[in-house]
Amino acid sequence: MLKPVYEYTKGMLRVDTNFCPGCTHGISHRLITETLEEMGKLGEAIGCGPIGCAVLAHKFMNVDMCECAHGRAPAVASGIKRVHQNNLVFTYQGDGDLASIGTAEIIHAAARGEHITTFFVNNAIYGMTGGQMAPTTLVGQKSTTSQAGRDIAQAGFPIKVSELIATLDGAVYVERVALNTPGNVNKAKKAVRRAFEVQEKKLGFSFVEFVSTCPTNWGVSPIAAMDFLKEKMLPYYPLGVFKSPEGGDA
Amino acid sequence: MSTKVLMKGNEAFAEAAIRGGCRYYFGYPITPQNEIPEYMSRVLPQRGGHFIQAESEICAINMAYGAGAAGGRVFITSSSPGIALMQEGMSFLCSAEVPTVILTVSRCGPGIGGIQPGQADYFQATRGGGNGDYKVPVFAPSSVQEGADLVFEAMELADKYQNPILIFTDGLLGQMMEPVALPDPVPEVKSTDIRKHKPWALTGYGADDSKRNTVISLRLQPETLEKHVQKLFTKYDEIEKTLTRVETVDVEDAEVVIVAFGTVARIAKEAIEMLAEQGIKAGLIRPISLWPFPYAAFDKITSKTKVVISAELSMGQMIQDVQLGVKNRFPVELLSRTGGMIPTSLEIAERTKKILQEKGGN
Amino acid sequence: MLKKMFFAGYGGQGIMLAGQMVASAAILENKETTFFPSYGPEMRGGTANCTVIVSDKPISSPLIFESDCVLAMNLPSMLKFEPTLKPGGVLLLNTSLIHQSAKRSDVTVLEIAANELAMELGNALVANMIMLGAFVRTTGIVKGETMEKVIHNVFAEKKADLVDLNLKAFNHWKP
Repeated sequence: MLKPVYEYTKGMLRVDTNFCPGCTHGISHRLITETLEEMGKLGEAIGCGPIGCAVLAHKFMNVDMCECAHGRAPAVASGIKRVHQNNLVFTYQGDGDLASIGTAEIIHAAARGEHITTFFVNNAIYGMTGGQMAPTTLVGQKSTTSQAGRDIAQAGFPIKVSELIATLDGAVYVERVALNTPGNVNKAKKAVRRAFEVQEKKLGFSFVEFVSTCPTNWGVSPIAAMDFLKEKMLPYYPLGVFKSPEGGDA
Repeated sequence: MSTKVLMKGNEAFAEAAIRGGCRYYFGYPITPQNEIPEYMSRVLPQRGGHFIQAESEICAINMAYGAGAAGGRVFITSSSPGIALMQEGMSFLCSAEVPTVILTVSRCGPGIGGIQPGQADYFQATRGGGNGDYKVPVFAPSSVQEGADLVFEAMELADKYQNPILIFTDGLLGQMMEPVALPDPVPEVKSTDIRKHKPWALTGYGADDSKRNTVISLRLQPETLEKHVQKLFTKYDEIEKTLTRVETVDVEDAEVVIVAFGTVARIAKEAIEMLAEQGIKAGLIRPISLWPFPYAAFDKITSKTKVVISAELSMGQMIQDVQLGVKNRFPVELLSRTGGMIPTSLEIAERTKKILQEKGGN
Repeated sequence: MLKKMFFAGYGGQGIMLAGQMVASAAILENKETTFFPSYGPEMRGGTANCTVIVSDKPISSPLIFESDCVLAMNLPSMLKFEPTLKPGGVLLLNTSLIHQSAKRSDVTVLEIAANELAMELGNALVANMIMLGAFVRTTGIVKGETMEKVIHNVFAEKKADLVDLNLKAFNHWKP
């Protein structure tokens, strides 16, 4: 009998996702739930979804989960964690949600050292609303609200969120990973695990940024999207551990 | 019930919330409600609860959404401009059916306005500024005791109806001290027992993922959303039947009926006594629930009445509900002060007398 | 019995505390009472005031436009609240800070050098208790023995030796 090398996990519900071909949300969803399953924590996890393409994460991730108003997931998670201090509470947020409308919530949750974990999906664009400029949109990158490419004189600079969060004393584990190659996906999964472990040990706030793709709104094929990620995004958003409880920096 | 103690309104409301089972309070400083977060930060941790000073009122109501969705009993407070920031959250709480008790110590606006008592947030409270079809029961106490009792009861009602409840006080009630007998505390619910009491709550499902819970408000299919909203409105119909509250004084016999809530109702009561000394029969309708508004109380007004007066600390907001209650049977007049000005009982009495004379009374 | 009063002075003169203590004494005597402080920026250094009502019956409005008694710790307080007194009312003036006579002749005026009297006891901070003693003995709105209980309750929580000092101050003024 052949051994299956890839199959549904207990953490992913058996429904079709609403994500586009080549989108990496499916990978990050699976990494989170697979890690929880391996830790034996699916039944103890509580997730807070964003507004954006991942608003329906609760339909795919097999954990107790809620939708949050745009950008407010870290506040919601802080409230949940006060009630259930021994559960693993996480937020899953995109770049518009976390780095634009929800800037106050993420900064202060990190500063408070909330015992929650935030997964930040950075694909440099607003996905669900149709490809508008995000706070993480690269300089020169085209979007429906920066049609000639992001102009710093007009729209300023993209925000490097992991670097920003790492400056806050309440954040104890901050890592940026990418979802473009099998090797990077494996590294990403390790980061997810470390982030949850930091929470489990009540060490403080943990944060994992997934450098992700959006082929549909970038207007490229899935393969070209992976190239864009590697060639354009990673130079601006370097991978690595920005902060860890052991003190090991990138 | 404890023996009567002298307490500042804000502190009595905070203590009543704790006794009603509140273990989660999220607040942001704004005058004139600051005694509440101060009290909660000091007292709640001693009672096994949690206090967070949020970075904004927006954050506070979303923390409340989280703790409420997780099955905790939550209390949040603010004042008018802060409540304005919470409107989005109220819409979410209603749609996702998350219980929360919210208290406003209302001041005056518009804009940053002032910090003295106001009632110009009647529309904000009863009509709301959040999006969509939703309703929030609003109770307006007129004494510290009534406020404490309503906050205590609202903790239970919010859970019962899985809906936010708003308590509408003002700077006068929040800042004044009165004797208050506090209710006995409700039994503690441990967080590990929440799912027994609230099977819908986010607690983590443990070993049985068939009991997975989600708390949501996005419904992209119009058919699904319409059904959900209709379900909410079935609940609101039930609330209209069960939570409409009003105090009436001498309405049947009155030449003039004053309608007033909260602080103004207290002042109006004194004005009514002053009018009685002059031989003028005035009655009072004091809505305790602003939504559901006690329209039926207006059916008690008889043909002896020449005019109905809506007395408000606003340019005339409740008067729209008064007109709906009066149904064109009587003229309705506005007696208004705003900007933080509060009429004295003498002013209410004199203006009432003048309005009555203009409408052909004695 | 329905008595309405204003207590007023500079922030820091213990006016709010004195007003609260009258309300607390009223509760001990099973009377109805309300205490309403002015609030806002004027609380810091400017003139603060509070409204206290004591009654046998439930109190409707906690706000007053005419008063039975005014306790003024400084000149702005006297100027603001003297006109609110009903004929026959009582005006208590802290003449340590008010160097101007009352205008009204239809009210009882008590002039008390509260700061100097307080200094006789070695502590200027108890000027409010000197005035409170004069207030209680002149108006009889609450009983002296009740107020002494309140003084015990209020200061025992803070520091026991404050009880004696404040009791002394409360009984220091003689008509």
